[in-house]
Amino acid sequence: MISIPSTFKISLRALRVNKMRSALTMLGIIIGVGAVITMIAVGKGTSEQVSKQIATVGSNMIIVLPGSTTAGGVRGGMGTQMTLTRDDAEAIERECSAVLYAAPILSGVAQIVYGNQNWATSVQGTATNMLAVRDLSLTAGRNFTDQDIRNSTKVCILGQTVVNMLFGGMEPINQTVRIKKVPFMVIGVLESKGQSVIGRDQDDVIYIPLTTAQKRIFGTTFPGMVHTIAVKARSAEDLSRAEEQITQLLRQRHRIGPKQEDDFSVRNLTQMLELAQQAAKAMALLLAAIASISLLVGGIGIMNIMLVSVTERTREIGIRMAVGAKTWDIRLQFIIEAITLSLIGGMIGIILGIIASQLLSYFAGLTTIISPLAVILAVGFSGLVGVFFGFYPAYKASLLNPIDALRYE
Amino acid sequence: MPLVETNSLQKTYCLGESEVHALNKVSVKIEAGEFVAVMGPSGSGKSTFMNVIGCLDEPTGGRYLLDGIDVSKMDRDALAQIRNKKIGFVFQGFNLLSRTTALENVEVPMLYNNTPPRERRNKARQALKALGLEGREHHHPNQLSGGQQQRVAIARALVNEAPLLLADEPTGNLDTKTSIEIMELFVRLNEENKITIVLVTHEPDIARFSKRIIRFLDGEVISDEVAVR
Repeated sequence: MISIPSTFKISLRALRVNKMRSALTMLGIIIGVGAVITMIAVGKGTSEQVSKQIATVGSNMIIVLPGSTTAGGVRGGMGTQMTLTRDDAEAIERECSAVLYAAPILSGVAQIVYGNQNWATSVQGTATNMLAVRDLSLTAGRNFTDQDIRNSTKVCILGQTVVNMLFGGMEPINQTVRIKKVPFMVIGVLESKGQSVIGRDQDDVIYIPLTTAQKRIFGTTFPGMVHTIAVKARSAEDLSRAEEQITQLLRQRHRIGPKQEDDFSVRNLTQMLELAQQAAKAMALLLAAIASISLLVGGIGIMNIMLVSVTERTREIGIRMAVGAKTWDIRLQFIIEAITLSLIGGMIGIILGIIASQLLSYFAGLTTIISPLAVILAVGFSGLVGVFFGFYPAYKASLLNPIDALRYE
Repeated sequence: MPLVETNSLQKTYCLGESEVHALNKVSVKIEAGEFVAVMGPSGSGKSTFMNVIGCLDEPTGGRYLLDGIDVSKMDRDALAQIRNKKIGFVFQGFNLLSRTTALENVEVPMLYNNTPPRERRNKARQALKALGLEGREHHHPNQLSGGQQQRVAIARALVNEAPLLLADEPTGNLDTKTSIEIMELFVRLNEENKITIVLVTHEPDIARFSKRIIRFLDGEVISDEVAVR
């Protein structure tokens, strides 16, 4: 059997003889591989971005919202009637086995003043477990204590944006800010979380103890009223169970009969994001599939050219057979030629794909991630394309009758 | 033991309804060291005979022993190996690989029997040198004259030290002077290197260089005689 290096040399020479043709054939593979790499990079980037957003919201998050008012058949929108209380939150955390934490929130927008600076932001009265629910951490200072909640202490934890707006470069800890003219001491600063899925700045927030918010800032229409309850389930698998348990518990606590509608609603944030992630994955798959088609077309181009090449070189095949080339010597020669074409095309395609992904993220602002796996896959696939589409022409060549091949004009 | 021995060799083609006997009960023995010219008009079966003894074509009947081995029932790859080891071909149209240097053309048969690259190169160089083509190693066929091209082809046929050289109208594309040169080369190879040569020609002047002339007509041997020079 002929050695691979010798065959490789023969193939390279054959490809060099028809430079233009080889280049054009390769172009099909270059575009195919380039497209696959770029599309996988875009798809992966998109789903990665969604995953990041899930992380910023806090994982395994459920939000409980108050229900709507129904007055004389007119149903108000969601949250028009305050039905949730701090006790509800505590009961959820205590009694629902699938729930890890439940933080009550009473929130509103208020003007914050520090020195000669002022800023309007979302003020959220909440409990000590809020940081845990939302996967937040402090860059400086401390969290609330149960004592702060019990005593309605006037302390606050600032989001990064608020710190930037009010303090500039100064150290905010132990400074006093005024929220609706009530002085609060800054006890902590949150780590930045960036934008949420819908583009809201998650750092533009101030947390204060729930009781302080209820008594001093927003007031309540009934004792213990909260706007929402943020819940963290034990795990992703527990999300739907947690949802059920919360619904059941709250129906019981709010004394809702079997035929009555809920006066609250339970929203699974993570699930929504996971849907978005699934959509992103589906899109990535679709993009890759479309790109694969162009790789397939490139492969067919190789097969086409190899068939032409076999016909053109019938006499050469005859000569080689006459001097002792066996079936597989001939096959190997053409298969290696096809593989060489597709692998060189694949390499150039990878470079092109990487450049295209960079350009896309630079000019179109898309997040692209070039995974080594995609690159390996593309190389492997282009090699396979060479073997697959080179085999039939090679097979055809090896079946030629040496006498006829030698006489071929 | 004869180098080539055929027993009632039969090659029949079916053209529609009718059968054509390209070879009809051909029994020929060629001893090692002979120089045989095969003659006959076109369609007489001489080329088919050459193809069969060159292991390029399989007979439909009869037996063919090459160097004592029955090759008539061998498969394609086994035949390829036999051709590589035992038979050198020289064709009318030279049949060199274009865009490939003389040296590389001579190397081709050695690609298929695992000769190491260095040895391949040396052997090819020597074969070319022996045929007076020193300095032409890196010429492409289209840069060589017809005679030179045919000598490259002969070098290729000899490079694996095959005992049997088959030449199908080797001078058909050459002028008289070059033809004589090539024929003298064959005579020298036969006498000095003891290479068995079977040559197909329809020119009596060329056949005269051989020692024995076999004539074909309608697929049968009609005469087999010692050549007179």
